[in-house]
Amino acid sequence: MRLTKWQGMFLTAITWLIALIMFFPIFWMLVTSLKTEREAFNFPPAFIPVPSFQSADADLADEAVATDDEAEEDESYSIFFEATLDNYRRAIFDADFATPLINTLWITVLSTFAALLMGIPAAYALAYKPDKQSNFTLLWLISTRMLPPAGVIVPLFLLARDLSLLDTRLGIIIIYTGMNVPLVIWMMRSFLLDVPYEILEAGRMDGVNLLQEFRYLVLPLVAPGLFATALLCMIFSWNEFFFAFNIAKSNAEPLTVYISSFKTGRGQFIAMMSAASTLSVLPVVIAGWFAQKQLVQGLTMGAVK
Amino acid sequence: MSDNTGTSSIIEKPKRKRGEQISDQLLRRMLIWPALIYMIVVTQVPLLYTLNFSFQRWNMNRPDRRGYTGIDNYIDVITDNDFWTILLNTTVLTGAVVIVTFILGLTFALLLNREFVGRGIVRTMLITPFLIMPTVSAVLWKNVLLDPSFGFISGIVEMMGFPTPDFLGQSPMGSVITIVAWQWTPFMMLILLAGLQSLSHEQVEAAQIDGAGPPNILRHIVLPHLQRYIEIAVLMEILFILSVFGVIFITTSGGPGIQTTNLSYAIYDEAFSNRDIGDASTMGIYAIIVANIVVAFFVQVLRRGSEDVGVSS
Repeated sequence: MRLTKWQGMFLTAITWLIALIMFFPIFWMLVTSLKTEREAFNFPPAFIPVPSFQSADADLADEAVATDDEAEEDESYSIFFEATLDNYRRAIFDADFATPLINTLWITVLSTFAALLMGIPAAYALAYKPDKQSNFTLLWLISTRMLPPAGVIVPLFLLARDLSLLDTRLGIIIIYTGMNVPLVIWMMRSFLLDVPYEILEAGRMDGVNLLQEFRYLVLPLVAPGLFATALLCMIFSWNEFFFAFNIAKSNAEPLTVYISSFKTGRGQFIAMMSAASTLSVLPVVIAGWFAQKQLVQGLTMGAVK
Repeated sequence: MSDNTGTSSIIEKPKRKRGEQISDQLLRRMLIWPALIYMIVVTQVPLLYTLNFSFQRWNMNRPDRRGYTGIDNYIDVITDNDFWTILLNTTVLTGAVVIVTFILGLTFALLLNREFVGRGIVRTMLITPFLIMPTVSAVLWKNVLLDPSFGFISGIVEMMGFPTPDFLGQSPMGSVITIVAWQWTPFMMLILLAGLQSLSHEQVEAAQIDGAGPPNILRHIVLPHLQRYIEIAVLMEILFILSVFGVIFITTSGGPGIQTTNLSYAIYDEAFSNRDIGDASTMGIYAIIVANIVVAFFVQVLRRGSEDVGVSS
């Protein structure tokens, strides 16, 4: 549509404004994570962090003075505040952040790997050797991905309990693998369909066996798609809460469950909570930023390219 | 993969030429089995268990009274007024979120579908809420934004001279809808934007030359073109929102009373607070029935666009 210069600028301004509003909660989490707990409660709040050049000791002294004449400080409102990384230090070292982080890493990596290991060969079969049932199989796989987790949580909990998988990483990995396999099959199948089968046939003429075919032909040819698929599996595993919360509540708890323990932390540790939250979402947010294009394809199981 | 190569040596060896070709075909077809068997075990077995439990009277607090009672649970659940409230809550939450995210998502997608300064950054900012884990969004909104004493948004409202709002206390469902909609708007936006970008410029320009204004172009060209994208986005979102749990658990715990209890939360509550396995399973079956109705529509849409997806090939 043709717009005048001013109309264009107006639309751009509106778009930016909307983006800033939508992004604000995340920006605010980041800002709060850089404040001291006391600063985090101040209203009107300071918005812009500036690097602190003072040593930790001076900081403490400053703090002591500030508490003495709090009233005076409150009046001199400043939009700037000195950023501190102290919340991150506390979140990591004092709050046992490491255990859930390691759990999440294990769970995410292994459930993604297992899903790829089973899903890619299946996608290969469905892409190149479809038979009468392939159609049904594909649609059935979609229905398993769409199954409401609440519909199967009771037996999963009881089965996990009876198989001693309750509160173990393995228990969660088994469930998440099941969550990711349909995604892998749908996505990888659509990527494989873009690869000319003749290349693979030519390879076979040259005496390449099946394992070599995967290793030297299939995987390199679909590498970008494979990367996107893996990334999406990781995002889903990283962010899942319902299964984790019911199956792995303490020893094997991943970050989602750990963060949910801040549910009742009303008014306390807002800054540290923000730091822990920021750390928890950082890997997935960055991964998602880089895979924006593939995100659409993955989210719709390849139904939208 | 490794166990398949094991089978390959068994099948491939006996005959050469034709025989080898046939077994080779078979082997490649069999590559689907590990995934298929795995999926059957992890999804259908629990499903059968749920079905089985749904016909039993079984409260874990009274295991001695466990026994089959036919369809009693189904009747008990469906004649319970609370269950209808829960279904209504689920519908309101899902419906409101889908409507809000559709309007916002379409608006954002239309705004992003043109060249402007910083488009990449804007797009990145807009998709981020979707990448945040739901428990973080919930904790963030509850404690940092909406809290009556310390929340940023509450502070702003107070500063403008209004009484201190208690969003989660006064309108719990509205708050939950806001949080969930904030998370899911990017999903709608991304899919609709993909749709807009596949729209040919010539078509729009031709309409413009014919004198069609923006509202007409939107109605007669853009929206019809987007139909398939809208259907896919809406149906998938319905399926995901039906299962919302984390945000409710963290912000309201389904309350006050059962005002924000949806089907997922109710099942969790029934199973793990009331420890009533029978009723929880029955509600689970109802949830699966509801989801499958939506899935049926989704499959229809996929089938219709099968030339894109290749489902019918």
